[in-house]
Amino acid sequence: MYDTNLVLGGKEFTSRLIVGTGKYSSMDVMRDAHEASGTEIITVAVRRVSLPSGESILDYIDTKRYTLLPNTAGCYTADEAVRTCYLAREAGLGEMVKLEVIGDQRTLFPDVQGLLEATKTLARDGFIVMPYSNDDPVMARKLQDAGAACVMPLGAPIGSGLGIRNPYNIKIILETVTVPVIVDAGVGTASDAAIAMELGCDGVLMNTAIAGAHDAVAMAKAMKLAVEAGRLAYKAGRIGKKLYATASSPLEGLPDWTS
Amino acid sequence: MKGARPFVSMTISVNGKSMEIPVGTTVDGLLTLLNVKREYTAVAVNRDITPKSTYTAVTLSEGDKVEIVRPMGGG
Repeated sequence: MYDTNLVLGGKEFTSRLIVGTGKYSSMDVMRDAHEASGTEIITVAVRRVSLPSGESILDYIDTKRYTLLPNTAGCYTADEAVRTCYLAREAGLGEMVKLEVIGDQRTLFPDVQGLLEATKTLARDGFIVMPYSNDDPVMARKLQDAGAACVMPLGAPIGSGLGIRNPYNIKIILETVTVPVIVDAGVGTASDAAIAMELGCDGVLMNTAIAGAHDAVAMAKAMKLAVEAGRLAYKAGRIGKKLYATASSPLEGLPDWTS
Repeated sequence: MKGARPFVSMTISVNGKSMEIPVGTTVDGLLTLLNVKREYTAVAVNRDITPKSTYTAVTLSEGDKVEIVRPMGGG
């Protein structure tokens, strides 16, 4: 079936699965998982160089093949997040950023006020801003108006694996904005990713669900298939839900067994 | 010793760690001293980002707070 590409800030991507680089058991497993996931976009954090500096995570990521997506994880104010993006750009990590402004340590829920402020600043300064947000359609519209290249509502708290807890809000967000909608955070297993895509989302971003799986490489492949299956099902147009049965076999032509 | 300049050091903070470096060290000099690769690395001095093109021009001063960052694993 014909499908369009995922477009973010003018760049086109065939894969609709964005994956992370955190919490893998080894760098080799991470590299193999990236390969198995079919991803084209990989998130990285921006952190202090350890001194003396050892090997780099980028020794395991082919930067010619993958687009890097630096995040602002751990930033609790718009100012910190904006500075982190500038650092990432200066480091040569590109202009596409996964913007996080965290509002609470325990839930890692976003501080949407700070997020909106940082989105405005970064979009104005030429960044392709991908904000990690809550699943609020009003905030999604505000982020779009502020210049976000997409909106990334959470399915559930980061690393929780609880899945898409409010599919109805995600559905409303899809009807509210015209920029791509990418579910970021909360995915636990393949069906969660498929659900997000079946709702009509343009993509899914995940880290822990793959990195934390017993076999990360196998889960990466499962996620690739789930995202593709969910997308295909969405494009195919599912049947309506009914309370009672509708026979699949013709009612006419049954043999007569009465004696 | 004739011609030898006394080693004058100053204290700066690098990634939160206190460090003694020779007076007059530039950002470029610091990176060389610490053996940090330039690729995919960014530097901020006292909260301001130092563009790569100015590494050799920016001289550090006593008490400067230097942050050197690079990509790490994250989601």
